[in-house]
Amino acid sequence: MFTRLLNWVDDRFPLTDTFERHLSKYPAPIGQNFWYLAGVLLIVVLVIQLISGIWLLMNYVATTEDAFASIQYIMRDVDYGWIIRYMHTTGSSMFFLLIYLHMFRGLLYGSYQKPRELLWVLGWLTYIILVAEGFTGYVLPWGQMSFWAAQVILSLIGSIPIFGEELLTWIRGDYLISGITLNRLFAFHVVLLPLALIAVVFVHIVALHEVGSNNPEGIDIKKHLDEDGVPLDSVPFFPYDVVKDLFAIGIFLIIFCFIIFFFPDGGGYLIEYINYEEANNLKTPDHIVPAWYYTPYYAMLRAITFPIGPLTAKFLGFVVMGGAMVIIAFVPWLDKSPVKSIRYKGLFSKLALFILVLSFIVLGYLGMVTPNPLRTALAQVFTATYFLYFILMPFYTKYEKCKVVPERIKI
Amino acid sequence: MQPKPPSNPGRRKFLIAATSIVGTGAVIGAAIPFVTAFNPSEQAKAAGAPAKADISKLTKGEMMLVEWRGIPIYIFRHTEESLTNLNKNLSRLSDPDSEEDQQPDYAKNSNRSRKEEIVVLEAVCTHLSCAPKFYPELGTTDFDSDWQGGFFCPCHGSMFDLAGRVYSGVPAPTNLPVPPHYYESEDVLVIGEDEEVT
Repeated sequence: MFTRLLNWVDDRFPLTDTFERHLSKYPAPIGQNFWYLAGVLLIVVLVIQLISGIWLLMNYVATTEDAFASIQYIMRDVDYGWIIRYMHTTGSSMFFLLIYLHMFRGLLYGSYQKPRELLWVLGWLTYIILVAEGFTGYVLPWGQMSFWAAQVILSLIGSIPIFGEELLTWIRGDYLISGITLNRLFAFHVVLLPLALIAVVFVHIVALHEVGSNNPEGIDIKKHLDEDGVPLDSVPFFPYDVVKDLFAIGIFLIIFCFIIFFFPDGGGYLIEYINYEEANNLKTPDHIVPAWYYTPYYAMLRAITFPIGPLTAKFLGFVVMGGAMVIIAFVPWLDKSPVKSIRYKGLFSKLALFILVLSFIVLGYLGMVTPNPLRTALAQVFTATYFLYFILMPFYTKYEKCKVVPERIKI
Repeated sequence: MQPKPPSNPGRRKFLIAATSIVGTGAVIGAAIPFVTAFNPSEQAKAAGAPAKADISKLTKGEMMLVEWRGIPIYIFRHTEESLTNLNKNLSRLSDPDSEEDQQPDYAKNSNRSRKEEIVVLEAVCTHLSCAPKFYPELGTTDFDSDWQGGFFCPCHGSMFDLAGRVYSGVPAPTNLPVPPHYYESEDVLVIGEDEEVT
């Protein structure tokens, strides 16, 4: 009965083919470690965000009069509304935490090197969409932080020379941040960006399954195949990796629930306390900071305090901030190393990656605290080292001594 | 199954070119409503009426806040001391003579004001549009060791003096804008117009 049904479907849709190609016969390299879990967990978080988002949408009102109150309504009057909202707020922070771990893994094991350049660029694109998604979503509760974050970030567009102000008005749809702006950011957050995100994530996975997964050794498993053409150093993704991933998902959900139940505010990092006050266009809060996952870029923005020629400091800050995100896309072409994994790269690469991570963390901290001359100077230094990681990459990867990569994965 | 190649390449070529051109035109035409719908609506354009402020109760050294077009407007009445202090820090200002076009012509003077002792400013930091905070105190503050009174932006640390002139070495590039304004009577200030419209 079941076989007949399956045959019926298979004649009309490549169901068995798809299952085999992407699951039961997809070769997963052996020896993948902790860092390889972030990818599947990102999919889990994407699903959590979509479902909790749809449920929030049923009660949220996107007007300046009612937005703030509708969030309180969800938190207090809707049955289990609080848990759905905390899922969404915690999910957003988890999204960024995991995508940063996922990107770090890529840098660590050279997962962007040939033939995975396009895979990296597609992943980068999901990150950029996620940044936009996070920003637009942050504005929706219409708290003080929502309003002033929108004010500051959208003002950046106004710093573009010549047509910046016109562009800003066009994007805001008004001469100030208003209900009109709120409504269009809402449309972006719930329709445009999620659609784009799902589409790009899908293509990202299609690309991954075309070129195959990398591994911590950076060894090309397709070099050694058995008589059926299956890589010797691999196991079928289903059931082996799926079971491993399910275990990881279990651990992740325990942590996730723990946060939702006991630390939904995350000490002010998951939900900022200032956002418990309704937006007031006449009063800037004493201390405004973006959500933690943007603070490294925010620190870079603030670090640029000097104009160059006709370009204002604020425009340059905008360029540096944007450049810091854009430059990540070029890593596949900046890395000239003959080996993929950090395990076989030389000292310079290890040192450079350490400096990058250090810069990112220090900038993340500096972006959260109020600026003073010392902190601004520090932010300038670490902004420079952040960029040097990328700009010098073609040189230090080319002229360092790498170790010999083994032919096969040993575990 | 491979489809057969067309037997009339010239006609195919023409059809592909013609369809591409017309199609591009159609895409551009269809984009127009979507792009222009982003502009401020007629309702948003109409919402910019002038604001009035009664300054009779504003004593010397005090500041009041009014809203005009959704932006905070600061109105400050100088004391004799603060008027003199305006000239103390000139070397630290990036545009002390208001060369940049950030004020109406009648406010392009050393106090950046229409009436000597009253300063009217748009409290929108020229860096990233936060509302700078009013710090009238003199001396040492958290952010400056020789403060002569003025406005400090909490977002990115830009400093302005009491006439809204920006200090150098801060992220904000220009002085705080002075909105168009006039005095309807001794005590009534109108913000949003340069003179009475009849």
